[in-house]
Amino acid sequence: MNTPVSAVDRKHTTETLEGAVIRFCGDSGDGMQLTGGEFTTTSAVFGNDVATFPDFPAEIRAPAGTLPGVSGFQVNFASTDISTPGDKVDVLVAMNPAGLKTNLADLKAGGILIVNEDAFNNNNLKKAGYARNPLDDGSLKDYKLYKIPISRLCEESLAETGMGAKAIGRAKNMYTLGVVYWLFDRSLEPTIKHLTDLFTKKKNQPEVADLNIRALKAGYYMGETAEMFQSRYIVPKAKLAPGKYRQISGNEATALGLIAGARLAKKTLTYAGYPITPASDILHFLSAYKNYHVKTLQMEDEIAAVCAAIGASYTGDIAVTGSSGPGIALKGEGIGLAVMTELPIVIVNVQRGGPSTGLPTKTEQADLLQAVYGRNSECPCIVIAARSPGDCFDAAVEAIRLATKYMTPVMLLTDGYIANGAEPWLLPKMSQLKPIEIQHPTAFNAHSDEAEGEGNNVYWPYLRNENLARPWAIPGTPKLEHRVGGLEKAQNTGNVSYDPMNHQRMVDLRQAKVEKVVQDIPPTEIQGEKSGDVLLIGWGGTYGSIHAATERLLNRGHKVGTVHLRYINPLPPDLGEIIRRFKTVVVPELNKGQLIRIIRDRFLVDARGINKVQGKPFLISELVAQIEAMLPQPRVERAAR
Amino acid sequence: MTQIELPKYSAKDFATDQEVRWCPGCGDYAILAAVRKVLPDLNHRKENYVFVSGIGCSSRFPYYMGTYGVHGIHGRAPAIATGIKSANPNLDVWLVTGDGDGLSIGGNHLIHMLRRNVNIKVLLFNNRIYGLTKGQYSPTSLTGHRTKSTPLGSIDHPIHPISFALGVEATFVARCTDVNKGGLNVLPDVLKAAADHRGSAFVEIYQDCNVFNHQAFFYATEKDTARETTVLLEHGKPLIFGANRDKGIRFNSTRLEVVSLENVKEDDLLFHDETDPALAFLLSRMHHTQGLPEPVGVFYRVNKPCYEDMLTEQIEKSIAQRGEGDLEKLLNSGSTWTVSE
Repeated sequence: MNTPVSAVDRKHTTETLEGAVIRFCGDSGDGMQLTGGEFTTTSAVFGNDVATFPDFPAEIRAPAGTLPGVSGFQVNFASTDISTPGDKVDVLVAMNPAGLKTNLADLKAGGILIVNEDAFNNNNLKKAGYARNPLDDGSLKDYKLYKIPISRLCEESLAETGMGAKAIGRAKNMYTLGVVYWLFDRSLEPTIKHLTDLFTKKKNQPEVADLNIRALKAGYYMGETAEMFQSRYIVPKAKLAPGKYRQISGNEATALGLIAGARLAKKTLTYAGYPITPASDILHFLSAYKNYHVKTLQMEDEIAAVCAAIGASYTGDIAVTGSSGPGIALKGEGIGLAVMTELPIVIVNVQRGGPSTGLPTKTEQADLLQAVYGRNSECPCIVIAARSPGDCFDAAVEAIRLATKYMTPVMLLTDGYIANGAEPWLLPKMSQLKPIEIQHPTAFNAHSDEAEGEGNNVYWPYLRNENLARPWAIPGTPKLEHRVGGLEKAQNTGNVSYDPMNHQRMVDLRQAKVEKVVQDIPPTEIQGEKSGDVLLIGWGGTYGSIHAATERLLNRGHKVGTVHLRYINPLPPDLGEIIRRFKTVVVPELNKGQLIRIIRDRFLVDARGINKVQGKPFLISELVAQIEAMLPQPRVERAAR
Repeated sequence: MTQIELPKYSAKDFATDQEVRWCPGCGDYAILAAVRKVLPDLNHRKENYVFVSGIGCSSRFPYYMGTYGVHGIHGRAPAIATGIKSANPNLDVWLVTGDGDGLSIGGNHLIHMLRRNVNIKVLLFNNRIYGLTKGQYSPTSLTGHRTKSTPLGSIDHPIHPISFALGVEATFVARCTDVNKGGLNVLPDVLKAAADHRGSAFVEIYQDCNVFNHQAFFYATEKDTARETTVLLEHGKPLIFGANRDKGIRFNSTRLEVVSLENVKEDDLLFHDETDPALAFLLSRMHHTQGLPEPVGVFYRVNKPCYEDMLTEQIEKSIAQRGEGDLEKLLNSGSTWTVSE
C-alpha cells in the first residue's frame, strides 16, 4: 500500500491507495480459494487491475489445522497497471494458527493482520507448533492486528436460520469476506449474484445461498458498526485500455483459445486428455462446451490421449492433448509418431514442480528442455509459451495455426501459476482474428510413370508445399487412400523406405520445416532500452515478474532491455542481433537453467542465469536485487558522484 | 434418398503395390488374403476403410492394404483407432494386432477400447511368440516355453485372449485359425460376422509363426487333428465335433465333458447361446490338452450402444438444448465490465 491520501467520513478515516495485496489463508477446508476468487472478481468488475496467486496443497484435505493443510489465495488489485500478484502482502487474513504461521513472513511490517480469534485454541496452536498464543504474547506488535471472533460472530448472526452447526461453520469464510469488503469499500453485489447462481440456480440449494449471503452481509455490517477499524481504504479504478473485459484464468483461456482456433479453421476440435494436476481444468472446461462441436475424450492414460489425438488428426480434426510434465514424459513416443507421420497436433503442457510427482500444485518452468529435446532421435517440435493467463488464448490459437500450417506437432507451454492465476482480459473480437486456412486434397497430386496416361494419376502423401508441409488428405476421400506410420517414409511417395540417403533427407526436411516457422514470428519487442548493459530474456509465466522488475530497474536509471519469448523452437530470427546490442545477457527462469542452455548453444554468448525452484513465482524484488548485482552502478547515481 | 451405387470391388482393389515382407510360410499371408477377399463382399466404400496397427509382424498389415491406414507405435493402436472413429464415425476402422502388441504392451488400451464398445474390428494374431524381435516368449506363451529369453522355460502363466476379451466387456468375441486343413475354415465367416457387428468386435486368430514358434497350433489346423481338437460354435445349435461328427460336449454338473453321440442324444448336449457371458467364459477355458476341443466361431455377441454414437448424441443433444455454440457469446460470458475511452 502506498500513496495514502487521507480523507474523513463520519466514523472512519478513508485512505486512498494506489493498490493493495491481500492474502487469505486458512485450512484447505476453509474455502479460501472461493473467498479470494470472489474478492478478485468483485475488484475486477469494479475496474481495478488484478493479478492473483492461488496456492494450495496437493492433498484434497490434509489433516485440519496442520501446516501442510494451509491453503492460500493472494490477490493484488490496483488503480495502476500491475503484472504480478505482488511480492509482500498488505493485508493478511489468517483463519487459523497454521495459516498465520506459514504466511506471516510475507506480511509487510505495519501491515494489517486479521485473524479468526476463535480458531486460536490450544489444540490448533499445538498443531501449528506454537508454544504460546501469538495473539497474546506481543510477537505481533509490528502489525495492525485485528482479533475478530469470526466463528462466534458468524454463528450468532446465523443462529436464526435454523441451519446446522456444520453449514453455519462453513459460512465463516463469507463472513470474513464481508469484513474485508467493508474494509476496502467493495460492493457485495457480484458475490451475492455468484452465490445465488451457484447454490440457488445450479445446485438448487436456496437455503445455502441464503446462509452465505447472510454471513457476507453480517461481516460487512460488523466492519461498519463495531468500532474496530480506524480507517477504510479505497483503491480507485485502473486506467486499462478501453474495451470489454472479463476475468480469466490461464486454463480457461487455453480452452477458449483451442475452441477459437478450431472455429477459425472451420473444424471440429477433439481434445484427448487424462486427469492430471494442474491441467485437468482444460478438460473440464472443454467438456462443458459440447455445443461448440467439441469432442472431449477422457482416455485411459496419457499415452492413449496423445494417440487418440493422432488418430483424430489423421481423420481431419483439430486434435489436442494436454497434460503436465509427468504426462508429457509418457506422451513422448506418441509425439514422435506425430512428428514422423507429419500430422498436426497440439500438446499443452501446464508445467508443475518436478521431477516425478514433485510438487503437483506448485509452479515451475523446468520442462523446456523436455519440450525441445525430450524425445528419441532427431525429433523437432515447434515450441511456444504463453506469458500470462489471458495470453494463453492467443498462444492456443497460434499453436493450432502453426501445427496445421506446417503439419507437425506444436508444444504449448503454460504453467501452474498462469493456469490457475487470473487477470482482467480484454476480450478479443472473433471477427478480428485471422482465419486458419486448411485444405484437404481431393484429387491426385502427382504423376507416376508406372501408371498409364498423362496428368496426375497418384496421390503422394509426402509431396511438400512451399512451407515443406505435406498434404493432409483424410480418410473418406475417394482414391487418395494412403498409409502413414512410424517407419521412415520415402519423400514424395510415402512408401516405407530404408534408403540411407532418403533418411538423411527426411530428417533434414523435418528439421527445416520447423525452422521455417521463423517466417511467422513477428519482430521481437523490447521493453526498455534497445541496447545497453543488460538484456533480460524471459519466457512463459515469469513475464509479469520480469516485466515489473524491468520497470523498476529502468526507473532507477539502469540500461536494461527485456525480451519475453513466445517462440522457443525456433527462436525469433532477430534475437541474435538484439543480443549483440547488450553487454550482458541474463536469463531468469524457474528452473536450473534451461532456456539459457539453448541461448548459449545457439548464440555462443556467455549468458547468466537467475534460477529459482521453490514452486513459487519470482518476486519482483529478488529479480531486481540479483540483476542489480550484475549491473554497473546506475547512471543517476554516477551522475551525482 | 438416392443411393449412390458402390463400385464393384475385388480382392485386387484392396492390395497395394508394396511387396509383402513376411517370412515365406507365415500364417499372416492367409489372413491377409482372407481379409482382402472378404472386404469386397461387405458393400462398404473402400475409401472409408482405415486399418490401424501397432508394432510387430502383424502390425505391418496396413501397408499391404489399399485402404487408408496408420501403422502406429507399440501397443497403442486401440487408442489411435478410437481417435479415428471418434473423429469420423462413418469410417470402417479395423485394428490388426498381435499377442505381444495387444495383450502385453497394449493390454491397457485394448481393455478400454473394448469396454467402451468403440465400433472397431480387432484382429488379434496370436502366435504365442514375439516374432519381429526374433523369438522371445509372449503373454500367450505356455508356461515352460523355452525361448531366447526363457532358456529354462517361461515361468509366466499365459493369458487367455478370449477370457480377457469377455472379462473387459467386449460385445463380440470370436476365434478362428489362419488356415484350416480339416475343412473347418471359419475365418471368412468370422470376419464377416465381426464386420456386421455394431460395436467392438474381438477376433482371436491362431496364427503360425513358422520361424520362431512353428506348429504351435498345428493341432487345430492340420487335416488329421483339426476336427478332433476344435469345435465350431453355432448359436442355438449343439456342440458337435469330430471328423465324423460323432462327438459332443455335455454339461456334467459344473464341468464340460466330451461324450459319444452313440450313447448320448443330441438334445442332451450343450447348446450354444452367444448371448450368455457365463457360458462364453466357460467355453473360453476349453483346451485340447485337457481332452476338450477348442471352440472356434462366435463365443459371444450382444448389442450395446457404441462409444462414438453416444459421443455424437451428446453433442447433438447439447446443440439442441443450448443452441449452436456462439463463440463471441462464449468469450463474453461470466462477469464482464467495460472500460470506456
